[in-house]
Amino acid sequence: MKCRKCSETAIINMRQHKLALCQEHFLEWMPEQTQRFIEKYKMFDHADKILVAVSGGKDSLSLWDILRRLGYQADGLYIGLGIEGGIGYSDESRRLSEHFAAEHGLKLNVVEVESTYGATIPELAVISNRGHGKPCSVCGLSKRYIMNRAAHDGDYTVLATGHNLDDEAAVLMQNTLNWAGSYLVRQAPVLEASRPGLARKVKPLCRFYEREMAAYAIVRGIEYIYDECPHAVGSTTIYYKEVLNQMEEKRPGAKLQFYLSFLQAKEQGLFALKAADAELHPCEKCGQPTSAPGECSFCRMWDKVREVKGARLPAEAGLVQIES
Amino acid sequence: MSATIKLKYRNKEYEVPAGMTVRDAIKKVGLQPETILAVVDGKLLTDDLVLREGMIVKLVAVISGGAPTPTLPHPTEPRGLGKGERRGS
Repeated sequence: MKCRKCSETAIINMRQHKLALCQEHFLEWMPEQTQRFIEKYKMFDHADKILVAVSGGKDSLSLWDILRRLGYQADGLYIGLGIEGGIGYSDESRRLSEHFAAEHGLKLNVVEVESTYGATIPELAVISNRGHGKPCSVCGLSKRYIMNRAAHDGDYTVLATGHNLDDEAAVLMQNTLNWAGSYLVRQAPVLEASRPGLARKVKPLCRFYEREMAAYAIVRGIEYIYDECPHAVGSTTIYYKEVLNQMEEKRPGAKLQFYLSFLQAKEQGLFALKAADAELHPCEKCGQPTSAPGECSFCRMWDKVREVKGARLPAEAGLVQIES
Repeated sequence: MSATIKLKYRNKEYEVPAGMTVRDAIKKVGLQPETILAVVDGKLLTDDLVLREGMIVKLVAVISGGAPTPTLPHPTEPRGLGKGERRGS
């Protein structure tokens, strides 16, 4: 197969776009498209101070790489979750994030959950008794909290995450099958900072297939953690990704159409936020915005941990910052 | 003995006949082509490329959060399984 642009041997065929590209043109195309999405969804501009959430995986490191190539001011945030999983998962993901930052002279903020708050994520899952024996629920809650707080405390104007189209389509499918209206209404390439203390969140990779992100990381020579989180194996999200890829196999572009049609339907007013859903107020303990009365879920979760381990309160804990 | 191609996926090895396309070879070992990239000597291969005798192809899973499990392990070949490891595990 030949490259559409130069007739060299192609390295990737993106069937949903009927587009095959050689290495050189693929490496040009990815940042060009990212810039197009940034502008289309009005994510940010070169005056913004961006915080990129990095996990050591292909998506987040590739996002950081693309943003720096496009000339944006983008620092990284790595959250150490304390997950071992028999493969030293967190240690390795931190090493790779630090390696990337050092290699390109970028600033990486590091928050280790255990040293900052008093317990690892797997410990937190057991003590808080949330998530039916899996740490994914407390992990998601903790990451959202820490990312928001780090962006706010570090005076970043926008928080960028490496969600790709497969991530978005899988969540969309799950929420659609459950008719989870309050989640559907919030799923978007940009989540505005609609309340004080809430960071503006953007997903510049939301229209790239996961396959393209892995291809970018490989051909760009980005060293990323190949083993993803050991707790994610067998997860619902992976199941929906596999189902969607079966559809994609028979009908190239099915995933893209599913997601883009959803965004179009939202624009046309198919979903509306209920007034009660939109109400947020500051947590009594840490001051972060929350929809729950009194304390936020994060503080309530750590209250339980404190009873068992005597951990510090989140509001008292500072962020550990490392400059590379 | 007919000419074969060696496919490496995680810590497993498979063999498929030479002359298959990348896409067919991925399907042959029970994986979804949409979730796999094929790499030879650090270079990515497109799905239509015909595999030649002697090639050693690394298959890279693209899905975050765990590698897909081959649904239909190749009937003739899974080799190099580690101690205590089950086929397709």
